[in-house]
Amino acid sequence: MNVALTILVEGLGYASYLFIVSLGLTIIFGVLKILNVAHGAFYAWGAYLCAFLIGEFSVLGVSDIGTMIAIPIAALVVGVILGSAIERTIIRNLYGRDEVLIVLATFGLFLVLEDIILLVFGVDPYFAYQPTYAMPGVQIGGIYQDGYKLSMIVLSLVVGFVAWAVLTRTHWGKLVTAIIFDSELAIAMGINVRRVFYAVFVAGAVLGALGGAYIAPTISVAPGFGVEVIVLSFAVVVIGGMGCIPGAAIGALLVGLLRAYAVLEWPEIELFVVYAVMAAVLIFRPEGLFAPAKARKI
Amino acid sequence: MTTDRTFLGLSIGFALVALLGVLVLPDWLLSQTVIAFSRALAVLGLLVLWRTGLVSFGHALYFGIGAYTVALFGKELGISEVLITLPAAMLVSAIVGFGLGFIVRKYREIFFAMLNLAFSMVLLGILVKTEALGSTDGFSVAQPTLFGIGTEDAGTKLATLFLGICFIGWLAAVLVHRYLGSVLGNLTTAIRDNEIRVEYLGYSVAEAIHGKYVMSAALTGLGGGFMAISLGQVDPESMVNWTVSGELVFVTILSGPGSVAAPFIGSVIFELLRTYAFEWMPHAWQLIVGATLLLIIFFLPGGLWSVIQKAMRREGAGP
Repeated sequence: MNVALTILVEGLGYASYLFIVSLGLTIIFGVLKILNVAHGAFYAWGAYLCAFLIGEFSVLGVSDIGTMIAIPIAALVVGVILGSAIERTIIRNLYGRDEVLIVLATFGLFLVLEDIILLVFGVDPYFAYQPTYAMPGVQIGGIYQDGYKLSMIVLSLVVGFVAWAVLTRTHWGKLVTAIIFDSELAIAMGINVRRVFYAVFVAGAVLGALGGAYIAPTISVAPGFGVEVIVLSFAVVVIGGMGCIPGAAIGALLVGLLRAYAVLEWPEIELFVVYAVMAAVLIFRPEGLFAPAKARKI
Repeated sequence: MTTDRTFLGLSIGFALVALLGVLVLPDWLLSQTVIAFSRALAVLGLLVLWRTGLVSFGHALYFGIGAYTVALFGKELGISEVLITLPAAMLVSAIVGFGLGFIVRKYREIFFAMLNLAFSMVLLGILVKTEALGSTDGFSVAQPTLFGIGTEDAGTKLATLFLGICFIGWLAAVLVHRYLGSVLGNLTTAIRDNEIRVEYLGYSVAEAIHGKYVMSAALTGLGGGFMAISLGQVDPESMVNWTVSGELVFVTILSGPGSVAAPFIGSVIFELLRTYAFEWMPHAWQLIVGATLLLIIFFLPGGLWSVIQKAMRREGAGP
């Protein structure tokens, strides 16, 4: 019973940050049709900037809970500035190119951005545990649970809800949906597709950076940690269906719970269970588990 | 038969490299060339796929299988005869490629790339968790022998290995070149341009892709086998991780799809670039690779080969 509960909480915590990162990746894919490997760099930049800011804030004497303001600041700064710069210089010139070449270009971008992190922040790891001290722990079923992890689950629910509301209840959301369905027709209808592309790319970048910034206080932020998350969030997106937002949630849940189960109960399979599932999904349902069937276009 | 310029060029080129290697080049450059040509064999495999418009992000799977096959033959069976271990590396990779080929041949573009990635990550996960295979540390490869003769002298071993890979590289390049010139090989470009038309011409696209996939798996396995012998050590990080697949794809793009000679030139340049970059700017290696990749995609879509081709054409047009 306790083990099951631990798996559930661990898995949900893991799933929630994966969901935030993968949501960014999947909306960029859904709208721009670009599989953005550089997303892992947004994540890493968000984490580094957040850890750096938390350190600076605490030196200035900000309270532990107050340092949490660094999280949204880091996410917005990285997402808006870095995201805009990259969309304007690189991504913009890739629209319409061969899909695989675009992936390779973003892979090149990822490598460049990762190394710039090393040049800017140095090779030593950053620790910024202050926000986790500020959160009270909670007892569930006799087990002491980390409050910060639970807050992450809440955040992911909020992010998911906001994404759903924006996409289905606002004018902007309708434009985005139209473009996902058929971008050529959307242009014919007078939608400024380029502008929507830009906005969506920046929004996706902010989400990637937010995932990194929120996870930063719980880990040591060290070089090369953006790599794992990019491959994992690919798996999430593929499992749920590329460009499908509820799919990202379900994919993240599946991956999070599977990993928590493997770590606690069956460590031999920990490293590859996610990829095995991903391969299985690709084999049997290449569109993803929950993506709606595509309408045939002629 | 009319004279085949590529065949002639390849023969002269490889003979020249082999001659230079034995007579002039220093040992460190020899061992770099061996590593570069090992990778080039794998890149040649990727080139066959890329001509069809397919890119695999998981060929480290076959690279690792080749390397581990060679290493395991020495460790478990006590066989270190390269005339057995290298064909075995090729065969095992080809068999795995044949099996997985039934699945991957149905996919294109990103799905093809990602499915291969997933398979290679599964192998990585298994290797890292298997204590018997040395887990993350890997294990060392037994001293290789040729015709049953082993040598303790490092210089002799290196020279033999170098000549061996020059010969195998030449052979592989010539065979792939012949294949690409055949009817089946010419389908490569046709499939990339229009699959449905190829089907209407009476060829099975799936089977053609399957064949190419097995071929590329075998070549990559052979490359991995050579790499294991020349490094004397196998471990998951440097043989099976996705960064290895990334490197292979990078060299493919760097070389360009234009010719079977391109992977060999591209690999050598990649290896030299890496050596010097590590010396000058140890922290900026990824930055150099990434920037190069972007520059090539934007400004030199034909890769390095297109530069060589242009130079040759200018020469040919002269008086």
